[in-house]
Amino acid sequence: MAGLTLRNVGKRYGALSIIQGLNLDIRDGEFLVLVGPSGCGKSTLLRMIAGLEDISEGTIAIGGRIVNDLPASKRELSMVFQSYALYPHMNVRKNLAFGLQNFNVPRQQVEHRVAEAARILQIEQLMDRKPRQLSGGQKQRVAIGRAIVREPQLFLFDEPLSNLDAELRVQMRAELASLYTRLGTTMIYVTHDQVEAMTMASRIVVLRGGKIEQVGTPQELYTRPQNLFVAGFIGSPKINMLQAKVLHEAGRTFVDIAGLPRFAIPALRATSEAMTLCVRPSSLQVGDGDVTTEGTIRLVEYLGSETLLHVALPSGQVLLVSDSGRNPYRMGDPVTIGFDLFDLHYFDSAGQRVEPTQNESLVQ
Amino acid sequence: MKRFFARNAPAYVFLLPWLVGFFLLALGPILASLYLSFTRYDMVSDPRWIGLGNYEYMFTRDRRFWKALDVTFTYVVLAVPARLIVALGVAMLLDRGLRTIGLYRAIFYLPSLLGASIAIAILWRQLFAEDGVVNQVLALVGIQGAAWITDPDTSLYTLVILAMWQFGSPMLIFLAGLRGIPRDLYEAAEIDGTPRWRQFTRITLPLLAPVIFFNLVLQTIEAFKTFSSAFIISNGTGAPADSLLFYTVYLFNEAFKFFRMGYASALAWVLLVIIAIFTAIAFFTSKYWVHYENERD
Repeated sequence: MAGLTLRNVGKRYGALSIIQGLNLDIRDGEFLVLVGPSGCGKSTLLRMIAGLEDISEGTIAIGGRIVNDLPASKRELSMVFQSYALYPHMNVRKNLAFGLQNFNVPRQQVEHRVAEAARILQIEQLMDRKPRQLSGGQKQRVAIGRAIVREPQLFLFDEPLSNLDAELRVQMRAELASLYTRLGTTMIYVTHDQVEAMTMASRIVVLRGGKIEQVGTPQELYTRPQNLFVAGFIGSPKINMLQAKVLHEAGRTFVDIAGLPRFAIPALRATSEAMTLCVRPSSLQVGDGDVTTEGTIRLVEYLGSETLLHVALPSGQVLLVSDSGRNPYRMGDPVTIGFDLFDLHYFDSAGQRVEPTQNESLVQ
Repeated sequence: MKRFFARNAPAYVFLLPWLVGFFLLALGPILASLYLSFTRYDMVSDPRWIGLGNYEYMFTRDRRFWKALDVTFTYVVLAVPARLIVALGVAMLLDRGLRTIGLYRAIFYLPSLLGASIAIAILWRQLFAEDGVVNQVLALVGIQGAAWITDPDTSLYTLVILAMWQFGSPMLIFLAGLRGIPRDLYEAAEIDGTPRWRQFTRITLPLLAPVIFFNLVLQTIEAFKTFSSAFIISNGTGAPADSLLFYTVYLFNEAFKFFRMGYASALAWVLLVIIAIFTAIAFFTSKYWVHYENERD
């Protein structure tokens, strides 16, 4: 097992900069998820850690040792690829053993480790099959098995579940989580799926344009997104964003939002004239709240445990409201929705989070 | 029946030029040659039925037939692997993602376009002549070159070298095959510490096996049929000392020099059977070494 230290890491292809000045400490035994939209550099970063891409700037250290010039095979890590990358002409047993044979592991130990991995992943009955005879989920297990047998100090996963169907993905997610608990090895996991990130990570790194937007636990990212991008990226259904004009009158702060009555907000550490106020669909309530407004139901999405309402404000803006699945709603119905001030997230004109000065008092 | 034609009509339309050519031009001579192989025929008088006489003479008394087989087999055994190895080597170099790859592909393919032509054979004869370029270059480094083409011990090897140089079409097929091997298999192997040579033997070769097989069969057939280069370089005789007496050269001489058309026809049919046997062997053994990705189980 090992932690990782990334210092001022950058990646350039000619004039094109993919990753810039990235600093990150990954703790020993942590399940770290790199998440971000496509093209954000998350896979490139993973491949740089793996040794499949050169590091243009900065240093990467694994377990305290700088690995910039170390070939992939010497970094004591395993990687699981999105495409599984199983050798199609070898059966499962040979696929699992192939890597070990390069390191002159004694045959008996190879057999032992392969059998152990097969047992953990419940693929013992598949050992003599070729990859083409396996389902997607089985292939993924073999790919993970191939990573396990190496007994690496670091696991890398490059979108390992994105080729699986939805049901299998949920199942494999749980299995990966329990595998992590069992092995306790440091894992770095790349995905564009924020649900995967939220459900599995010890900590999440949100990347955009080759830069870190925020690092934190899933709870931190959800409850205190540091900027508008993270607020919009984490959480499903997506957070509601309201453009607000901030006014100061008689020592108090008010906001004007199109389609909503003017209301007072708690004092903020910093304000700008134009701000963005965000509220999660689950924090919007039908018929209740510190601030309420009228709207019209444009669309009803019944999901069973919840109902997602698309509510159009008089200004034309549509807000998402997550309601318990019990109430019957119809398109076109007028509806009163509201939110509590406590549930608002404030972002300045640069999109950075602004905290209220007396957050604690609001909680009570 | 109507539905069969409705469904397959486009295929038959595309096949039509070949079918017309085959039935109008090729099928007649093919059947005629089978008949003629059982006759004595000098192209002037009528063919005379002699049963298996030609075949009997060929296998029991014709020493030049065995010599031609010997030359041709030696050539096939040397030239086919040599050409395939060179083709694979160049394909692997080109597969490394050169920016000007299109240009290189064209340049490397050029010898194959020219290769079968008379001009190249003549050029080859001059290159390997006693006072040719090859010996002049060797002289520069102090080596006394052989009389490559006129020495029966070396003449065949000049043709093997010519064959190696004409690696273009198998190379293009190898290149396409290499492109079809997913990159991440090599990356996975890289992370697993697989040395380059082992990557080649354990990943590249097995995954390329269908393409190797295809090239092997095609090039073997091609090599058995080698004619123009041997004909030109040996002045049409198979000289020196029958060392370039390729099967097809012998066949050609029997037919058009000595007008033993019946015997030449028999020779042609024996060559067909030899090629068929080799192809069958290749297909039979392929199930032990060729892995097809989309094979059904």
